Amino acid sequence: MKTKKSNDTIAEESSFEQNLKRLEKIVDTLETGNVSLEDSIKLYEEGIELSKKCLAKLENVEIKIKKLSKDLNGKLSLLEEGTEE
Amino acid sequence: MINEEILSVYELTRRIKSVLESDFKAVTVTGEISNLKRHSSGHIYFTIKDEKASISATIWRSRAAYLTFTPQEGMKVIARGSITVYEVQGKYQLDVVSLKPLGIGELQIAFEKLKQKLAAEGLFDPQHKKNLPEYPERIGIVTSPTGAAIQDIINIISRRFPSVEIILYPVKVQGAGAAEEIAEAIFDFNKFGKVDVLIVGRGGGSIEDLWAFNEELVARAIFNSKIPIISAIGHEIDFTIADFVSDLRAPTPSAAAELVVRDRYELIDNIRNFLYTMQQSLINKVDDNRSYIAGLVSSYAFNNPIDKVRQFSQRIDELERLLNISFIHKFKSTKQYIAGLSDRMNSLNPKNVLKRGYAIVYKNYHIVESSCNLTLADDINIKFKDGNVDASVTKTYSINNEN
Repeated sequence: MKTKKSNDTIAEESSFEQNLKRLEKIVDTLETGNVSLEDSIKLYEEGIELSKKCLAKLENVEIKIKKLSKDLNGKLSLLEEGTEE
Repeated sequence: MINEEILSVYELTRRIKSVLESDFKAVTVTGEISNLKRHSSGHIYFTIKDEKASISATIWRSRAAYLTFTPQEGMKVIARGSITVYEVQGKYQLDVVSLKPLGIGELQIAFEKLKQKLAAEGLFDPQHKKNLPEYPERIGIVTSPTGAAIQDIINIISRRFPSVEIILYPVKVQGAGAAEEIAEAIFDFNKFGKVDVLIVGRGGGSIEDLWAFNEELVARAIFNSKIPIISAIGHEIDFTIADFVSDLRAPTPSAAAELVVRDRYELIDNIRNFLYTMQQSLINKVDDNRSYIAGLVSSYAFNNPIDKVRQFSQRIDELERLLNISFIHKFKSTKQYIAGLSDRMNSLNPKNVLKRGYAIVYKNYHIVESSCNLTLADDINIKFKDGNVDASVTKTYSINNEN
């Protein structure tokens, strides 16, 4: 039986998901309050940065649409939508 | 018998052929498929039979491409076509122009058969279902470029979470070759790799229209995909084999778009709440620290040293005062003492003694304390209170009672 479980995700540095997860963790840590004032301030500053990044991503309204196309040799490449090979 | 015509086999076959082919130019026959063979050339050979008879049938590759379903052994069909004679073997057969399942029931049987087969192989098992990415950055879509489905999907994703990349892979979704194209698209996306999730589907249609998604080829392509797949086929009521094997079944293409990305307004709200929570947490933290420090400042433990300091400082003040008092006292008594001494000194001043009638005798500028220190003819000087005289010793006496 083939294993179908291997979840290949795209490794992109600090993706939206990573930023959001980190932000959630910071909020959680700040809320439980088991950190020093100094660390709280550092976490707060990091949290603000992450919030800005996430909001920027969410407020971006431009969707990108591309097409996966295959040439005669079977080579796959992305084309901007609307362009024809 | 004289005029008996003797025909060659070929001639006879030719005559049969012309009779049969002109009389049965367009026939429609119903029966059950058996002895089904797909030749590598693409032609399909089979027999149509009922309880009492059977007839050979062929579907040429050019027409096989237009079949909306996959003919299967035992399936009851309605075949339309013409009778042709294959001279080499002296066989007649039905050249099928169109083939349809006898009823929806027949497709249903094919569907159930494939479903059972794939279920037995474990293709639908929950442990093979992959998790969908929560926040996909790139979404691949396998569907018809002209259908309503693609437009619905793009519109909904644009509204919910536009900050993504949609990668289209246009395919035929019905008719001949649709299953192959869909399977190939899934395969190509896996080869290309750089997408987080795939939506495979089409809008609503008849069971025949949706049939490509009931093909084994598509089912296996979905199963073998490393990229998670959302199936989005037809309407809510339509269930296809693809739906069973996919990682998530969306009831419609629009629903797939709703499922694949989260609503950004909801997320924006979440992040605003996060900002508020972080701010409040920090303010609370500062307040906590402030009141903690205030508590410390007012605590006995913290004030104890200050108290000590105050006590000491009070003691110092007191000592200083005492010191001042005793100093003044000392000073006064010393002054008195000095005054006394001064009086005494005054009384001892030789001048005062001279005043009382005494005189001092000097010899060679030294005071002469005893008569023994003088001999006859010594020159001496005598100091009185009011002047000096020089004299000479003329006689010395000693006083007997001196020890």
